[in-house]
Amino acid sequence: MKRSHRVRVAGVAGIAAVAMVLAACSSSSKSGSSSSSSAALTASAPGITSTTITIGSHQPLTGVAAPGYDEIAPASNAYFKYVNAHGGIYGRKIVYKYLNDQYDPTITSTVVHQLVLQDNVYAIFNGLGTPTHLAVAPYLNAQKVPDLFVASGCECWNDTSKLPYTFGWQLDYVREGKILGNYIKQHFAGKKIGYFYQDDEFGQDGVKGLNYEIPKSQVVASESYNPAVTNVAPQVTALKAAGAQVVVSFSVPAFTALLQLTSLKLSFSPQLVVSDVGSDPITLAGLLESFAKQGGATVSGNTLTQGIITDGYLPSLGDTNNTWIKLFTKIHSQYIPKLPMDGNVAYGLAAGYAFVQAMLKAGRNPTRQDVVNAINGGLSQGPSVAPYAYTASNHDGITGAYMAEVKNGALVPTGPVQVTDTSPTGAITTYTGTQAAAPASGIPSP
Amino acid sequence: MTLARHLAAAVVFAVLIVVLSIQLSAYRDYQMAEVAAYVTAVAGLTVLIGLSGQISIGNGAFMAVGAYASALLLLHLGWPIEVVFLASAVIAALAGAIFGLAAARLRGPYLAGATLMLAVALPSVADQYQGVFGGDQGLSVTVTTPAFLGASFPPTRWLAWLTCAAALITLVLLANLGRSRVGRSWRAVRDDEVAASLAGLNVARLQILAFVVSSACAGLGGALLAVVSGIVAPGAYTLTLSIALLTAAVIGGLGTLPGAVWGSLVLVLVPSYLTNLGASHGLSGAASSSVPIAAYGVVLIVVMLVFPAGIQGGLRRLFGPAAGLNALRRHAPAAEHQEEGTI
Repeated sequence: MKRSHRVRVAGVAGIAAVAMVLAACSSSSKSGSSSSSSAALTASAPGITSTTITIGSHQPLTGVAAPGYDEIAPASNAYFKYVNAHGGIYGRKIVYKYLNDQYDPTITSTVVHQLVLQDNVYAIFNGLGTPTHLAVAPYLNAQKVPDLFVASGCECWNDTSKLPYTFGWQLDYVREGKILGNYIKQHFAGKKIGYFYQDDEFGQDGVKGLNYEIPKSQVVASESYNPAVTNVAPQVTALKAAGAQVVVSFSVPAFTALLQLTSLKLSFSPQLVVSDVGSDPITLAGLLESFAKQGGATVSGNTLTQGIITDGYLPSLGDTNNTWIKLFTKIHSQYIPKLPMDGNVAYGLAAGYAFVQAMLKAGRNPTRQDVVNAINGGLSQGPSVAPYAYTASNHDGITGAYMAEVKNGALVPTGPVQVTDTSPTGAITTYTGTQAAAPASGIPSP
Repeated sequence: MTLARHLAAAVVFAVLIVVLSIQLSAYRDYQMAEVAAYVTAVAGLTVLIGLSGQISIGNGAFMAVGAYASALLLLHLGWPIEVVFLASAVIAALAGAIFGLAAARLRGPYLAGATLMLAVALPSVADQYQGVFGGDQGLSVTVTTPAFLGASFPPTRWLAWLTCAAALITLVLLANLGRSRVGRSWRAVRDDEVAASLAGLNVARLQILAFVVSSACAGLGGALLAVVSGIVAPGAYTLTLSIALLTAAVIGGLGTLPGAVWGSLVLVLVPSYLTNLGASHGLSGAASSSVPIAAYGVVLIVVMLVFPAGIQGGLRRLFGPAAGLNALRRHAPAAEHQEEGTI
């Protein structure tokens, strides 16, 4: 009995060792680059061969954050397929490997280590979520892996001293709060304002921006919600009791829908002002109808979303004459026709465009540092309605948005594009430049 | 000498780990570190369930206690990493003692229910006190590779060494505890509480002790996982984690420490392998991202059907009497019963 024990332990050790070695062998059997068709293209960096550029991402493909957001990476990939079919980036094809992290930071860390260490990606692109991406941003920067266009509006990505390889992309929540707040100050002077926001950095940054603009005396209630708790009746009751005439909501789509349905139940009908994140009319209408159905009621999503005030930093999907929307619709119908043509798809396509811009600017045989330098040198605004902030000392992305209203299930711009910064006193000014039309080829010029 | 034997086995393991960590790629080293973190937590759970006969669905919550403790200690006090690990285990043990005392009267499903509550409720505490715990985005944890290893030493190899060392020490301690008077008393309590108390054992105290030991292991495991994943956030310590720990203990073989290793290997390697398999067969898109998760479920079901006593139990049955692996064993078939629940 006693001697047998040691043998058993050693046996387990041996088998465990074999298992690990076998697992290692199975992964190292991947072949590297194939024969090159163009002599000038070299394997200039990890993830770059003479024929391919491999990039990776972590995305919530299943779990609580998946509805809607799981369309973003397939949309970016659709744009990459389009680029690959039209000559690629200097002849190289983009291979986009996005792994499911289920919005769990531990899994994010695992899949990003896999992408960097095993799949040897050139860069991490558009990793989605604040808590998830915070788990890996220090690691990526320590390894000097370009961390491009994080899919989160947290101000934390603009930290060029600690995170020189990380770049934000979408309009950050502070700027967005300021632009929404400025509109409210001008259009709802003297009205009672209530806040409804997600109790994390997304909602708090948004409220920070709102407070920079809206006079304190006008704010009668400030109610936060925890995304794990789906009952928002206490918050809505408090907003109603405070007599809020305008409710500003920094919420994800599911909670915008809950806010609306609960308000309906409590016969509370304030003017809604919703951040871009939570106001995509198509996603919202779908959620409203399915939530109401679960509760045994029938509502019309488009009727309920009618009149919501929001903002947009990409051209409105309803603007079918816009060259960017034409391009997006073309790629959508060719590569991902099964997905709805909504704000998430447009987001993924636009972020993919920005990546291709950066890679073309980085040169024919880029190192990892080259793409970082390329973005530090600035990118032209492409599909976004306002310019990017990118410089060597500023890694914020899109700097402005237009105000809009939801009409018949689509965003209708109601004002000019406004740009601002993240400081409390920074002015909000009307953007005087004009957005260039989409290139006829659909691919940015280097 | 039990201790000498366990130490010898640990040395064999340590040498193997060092050799493996040098031979394998950086990503495999990272997975080794992950496995080690889970082994530490699962080993504590398997002792609790297999030896003392109590069921906990809340060990993920004690992992969170250990993880947040380590993050806060590193952030505010900057203690050396070994001390932080020890302190995290102690803090989780204290939490376990408090909860164990409160739950000492609960049996079977009621204890499981109480621990379930803990697993559900505890992550929200971090959201409630954002100033301390960083809310939803959590706290970053960074560990630096010591300078004497050289600048080019792979950081994931250091992670693997650090976590595997902690896991090995835990396993040696648990193996000794299981073979000691305490371990025997736990088995007596597990098999028949009345008989055990008639024999002069303090049943409640022994059960609380088992709970404390398992919490300490979970706390250390949590601290290791925090260091490995680089962040402590509520999203990582949900009920899913507690269930995963239970799964690993059962799949590996309840009550056996090698089983904890097997279970953790399954927990880390199988989902990553299935995801890669899915990706290499061109699966993508919303629906097919569920395929690896479903396949993981199928693997678990098959393992339980083929090896009802877990992987370790199945290996014993397959190779037990005949194979060279256990050539030195001279057990009568009747000894099989006694074998159940050994360490």
